[in-house]
Order: sequence, then C-alpha cells, then structure tokens
Amino acid sequence: MTDIILVVVEQREGKLNRVSWETITAGQAIAAQTGWTLEAAVVGSGVGTIAGEVAAKKVAKVYDIESAKLEPYTPDAFSHALKEFLTKHPAKVVLMPHTYQVRDFVPKLATSLHTTAVSDVIGCKYDGGKLLFTRQMFQGKFVADVSFAGAGPCFVTFQNGSFRADKVEAGASAAPVETVNVDVPDGVVRNKPQEVFKEAKQAVDLTQAEIIVSVGRGIKEQKNIELAKQLADALGGEIAASRPICDNGWLPMDRQIGSSGQTVAPKLYLALGISGAIQHIVGMKGAKSIVAINKDSEAPIFEIADYAVVGNLFDIVPPLIEEVKKAKG
Amino acid sequence: MKILVCMKQVPQKDAPLKLNEAGTWIREDVSYEVNEPDAFALEEALRQKEKHTGEVVVLTAGPARAQQVLREALAKGADRAIHLEDAAFVGLDAYNTARAIAAAIKDEKFDLIFTGLQSDDYGYAQTGVILAQIQGWPHATIIMQIEKNEGGIRVKRELEAGFFQFVDMPLPAVLTIQSGINKLRYATLIGIKQAKTKPLRKVTMTEVQAAVGGNLQKIEKLYVPQKSKNTEFLEGPPAEVAKKLVEKLKNEVRVL
Ligand SMILES: Cc1cc2nc3c(=O)[nH]c(=O)nc-3n(C[C@H](O)[C@H](O)[C@H](O)COP(=O)(O)OP(=O)(O)OC[C@H]3O[C@@H](n4cnc5c(N)ncnc54)[C@H](O)[C@@H]3O)c2cc1C
Repeated sequence: MTDIILVVVEQREGKLNRVSWETITAGQAIAAQTGWTLEAAVVGSGVGTIAGEVAAKKVAKVYDIESAKLEPYTPDAFSHALKEFLTKHPAKVVLMPHTYQVRDFVPKLATSLHTTAVSDVIGCKYDGGKLLFTRQMFQGKFVADVSFAGAGPCFVTFQNGSFRADKVEAGASAAPVETVNVDVPDGVVRNKPQEVFKEAKQAVDLTQAEIIVSVGRGIKEQKNIELAKQLADALGGEIAASRPICDNGWLPMDRQIGSSGQTVAPKLYLALGISGAIQHIVGMKGAKSIVAINKDSEAPIFEIADYAVVGNLFDIVPPLIEEVKKAKG
Repeated sequence: MKILVCMKQVPQKDAPLKLNEAGTWIREDVSYEVNEPDAFALEEALRQKEKHTGEVVVLTAGPARAQQVLREALAKGADRAIHLEDAAFVGLDAYNTARAIAAAIKDEKFDLIFTGLQSDDYGYAQTGVILAQIQGWPHATIIMQIEKNEGGIRVKRELEAGFFQFVDMPLPAVLTIQSGINKLRYATLIGIKQAKTKPLRKVTMTEVQAAVGGNLQKIEKLYVPQKSKNTEFLEGPPAEVAKKLVEKLKNEVRVL
C-alpha cells in the first residue's frame, strides 16, 4: 500500500478558502520529500466545482465528499463525514489550514479515530525516515519539532502564511475527481448554526492607510493611548491596536489588527509595546516596513521587524514625536 | 447550572524563559499565572451562576504550584476545586490531558464545561474539544457570548476577520472561551478569606492512570526560532535613537 498524504481544502458557503492553496503547497513539498502520494478532498454539499478547481493542481486524485447535511458547517457533520471517509481511505497524514473552522472540528475528528492532531504548524522536516512538524510554542518565543506516534492518520494544521499559495504546482493534466456520498444520519448534528454576520459597520478602513502606529498592552493605561495618537498625527498616519487594547475598549474594535481584526499592508507599521503573537502578525506582516519598539529584546515582534528599538516606549516616543515634527518642518 | 471551568497555570507573560539542558522544555523556575482565556472562562461561569443559580467548580491539572490558580478562582467566587496534582500532567498531550480530566470528573454531572480557547504554553487549542468528544457532548469554540434558551443555550462564535455566528445547542456541552468575552472581576478580601475553607479535591496520577495512554505527540526539540529577516537594531539613548529612526523613515522607508 502506498502512503497517502491527504489535503482537505476548506470551503465556506461553496467557495474555496484561498488559504487552502498554501496547504496544497505544503502537501506537494512533503510528497516530494517522502515519495508519498498526494491526494486532496473537499467536504460539503454541491462543492464539485471546487473539487474541479483543485484537480488542476499537481495532485494524484481529488475526492468530493458530499452530503446535504454538510451545509451549513457543523463540527458534528464534518467530523462524521471525514471519519467515515478516512476509515475507507486510510491516509498517513491529513493536512488542513489552521482556520477557525478546522480548529473547531479537527480535535474531535482525530479523537474519534483515536489519533492526534499537530496544530498550528509552520514547517516540516523529513529526517531519517521520520516526519517532524515545526510549531510555535510559548506564544512564539520558542518553536518545537514534533513527532507523532500511533496508527494514524496524523492530522496536521498549518498556520496561515507558512507555505506560499503562489508556489502551488499545477498538474500536467487534470487529476481524476471521485464523488463520495457519505451518510450523516439524523441525530448526528446537534448544533444549529445561524447566519454569519459582521458586528458593526466599520468606521475606518485601515487597509488604505499608508502609515499605521499600533499600540499593544505595553501602553499600560488608557490615558497613554494619547501619546501614540500624537505620534500617529505627527506622522500623518492612523492609530491601530492589538486585540487586548480593543477588548478593554481603549480603542474601537475596527482598529484591531490581526486574525480576528483587520489585515493591513501599509508602507510603515510602527508597533509600540506589541509582543508579536501570531494572531497579530498575520494581520500586519505584509507591511513594507515594520518598526518595533519593545522593552523585551526577545519579543517575537523583532523576528519580523525591519527596524528594532529595544527600550521603554515611554522614553522613546516623546523624542520621536519631536524628531518627526522637525523632519516635517 | 452546574459549570466546570478547566484552568491552566502557564509562565507569566513577561517571564524570561530559558531552555532546559535537554532542549525539550523550558526551565521551570519561572513565575506563573493563570492562562489568560481561562480567567475569562471562570468569569463567564461566575456570571452564568449569578444569573441562573447553580455551582461553579474549577479544575486544574499540574504540579503543586498550580493550586494557586484554584485558590484565586475560589477567592473570586468558585464553589469548589479539583486538582489533578502531579508534575507529570504538564507533559501530557492534549488527548491525554482531556482523558485524565474526563476520568477525574466521571462521577459529576455538569451542564457545561468551559475551557480557555488555547493555552499560552503549548497552544494546542484542542483540550476542550477533545473533552467534548470523550464525553459524547456537543461543543462550540471561540465563544464570545452565552445565553440560556428553551432548548439549551445560544452561543456567539467568533470567526475570522470580524465575523461572528450564533449557534443554538443542547446541554450538556463544552465551550472554549475567548479572551475579552467579559470584564474580569477582582477577588475581594472576604472572598480570599472564604477561599481557604472551600473544598479542594486532589486527584493523583494513579487514580486516572488507567484512562491515560502514551502520548501520541512528542516534542523532539525545543529551540529559539531562527530570524527570517535582517533586522536593524537602533541603539543609544532615547533622543539619539529617535534621531536615527527618523533618518530611516526619511531615507529608507521614505514616508517623511
Ligand atoms: C483565536 C485568536 C484570535 C486572536 N486575534 C487577535 C487579533 O486579531 N489581533 C491581536 O492583536 N491579537 C489577537 N489575539 C491575541 C494574541 O494571541 C495576543 O494575546 C495579543 O496579540 C497580545 O497583545 P499585545 O502584544 O498587545 O500584548 P502582550 O503579549 O501582553 O505584549 C505586550 C508587550 O509590550 C511590551 N512592553 C511592556 N511594557 C513596555 C514598555 N514600557 N515599553 C515597550 N514595550 C513594553 C512587552 O515586552 C510585551 O512584549 C488572538 C488570539 C486568539 C487565540
């Protein structure tokens, strides 16, 4: 039996989530290293078009796993359908993007198969016949190489941006698509999801901002936000924040940058007292230039910063405002 | 409503972490605190109890030092605590942690189990969901609101990029709670005093051993990540650093 790498792409309401291409790239990389066979699957109701889209890439086969009960998404139905599929089509590793949807059902699915899921992975190594997955730990301060044991399949979920969607290889010809109808009996699905919605109209569109001054918990108190605003004003930029600042109500939610907030790519992103947790970084790492001011020399934000200042922001920001004003005349 | 809150002790956010000699874990001589989303989970449980009456039980798995988390929770208003006490609990993978917790609460009848959505140390984001599967209960993750309704509860799930979704679900259920769902309370002096007399049940590793298997995941090596960028560190006294930075903004970043 050949060893199978299965990539389960993500669809929401019938549309492919583009982050799935990154996972296919990861699958192609692992296939090249191990010589295992790469297959893909899409799970849903009437998602054949997506299967066709994926079949254009370099994969051996695509499964279209179908049931009317798979729309809308519920962890019960997805877990049930994939368990049934994987019992008939065993795989060695099953790869998915680390999205909110995936983290909602994969631990359940893995447990139902008495196996494990290595979550939020940023890379992989094939070392002496052993597959190792690299993942962040301690909020990005360390990374770990993780091995897995057991009969498998081992589930692996990849952090956004760990592999490049534009590196996905096209196939020489379209891969065969097989439709697999799964039975999700009544009673399996217990949750009743309602419509997806956005909380409030956004008052600001930070995606258009050229300069963003962003504050994190290092700002300490609400009244200190004013200092960051002065810097933003001097630079002619917008103020933004990490999540805890918005959770506290110190700045409105629509100024939050990160996976649960906005994704921005300004010319300059100046991070004040932000540690650089991955959920923040995914929202701003596309910035042309990143300046980080943080008192902790080991803060993960420095790993992606172009210019770094290790120090107390309250010492550095006031003279910085003055210098910016001077430079602007 | 009878609610269990699973809480974890993790290294303090600002604690400087060092690797152990084997390079497989951190040196444990650091300061610890409660995992942030777990504190919000506790707060939510206390609020639900205030609304609907019932009981709030807190649980942690970890060495003796982790009792601090339970004491703080009791001081804030939890009714009793369960401590799976053994240093070995720190090394369990998410599957085994959930199995140990399930074994420790097998004689209890909870309506809800809350966990934080993930821990700041391992960051698995799995233990709560696995616990639901082991119990045969439904679950929902990354929860920002909980309302009781006729059939059970209506929860608000956070999705990516500012999207949300309400989900109706029956009880009993497991929910993983997101930071920011509520505003945390402080313990009162009376609360701290009362906490000392509240029941705390200890569970040894031996008692739950039969439920736990070998880890299916193993950390082969823990290390400091390699920098992917060429970062330029600007040094000197604040005034000088400010000058240097403005030079860069002018000449290299070209935003001034
Ligand atoms: C599902 C999920 C979604 C999330 N979504 C988001 C999101 O969209 N956006 C987001 O930002 N986060 C998000 N988070 C939270 C994220 O994991 C972090 O907790 C958060 O980004 C941390 O914010 P912070 O850097 O401001 O705070 P901390 O991590 O507490 O960092 C504060 C930093 O300030 C520094 N500091 C302190 N004092 C000073 C000083 N005087 N001078 C200079 N530096 C100082 C410290 O060294 C530290 O590095 C999410 C988490 C989860 C689990």
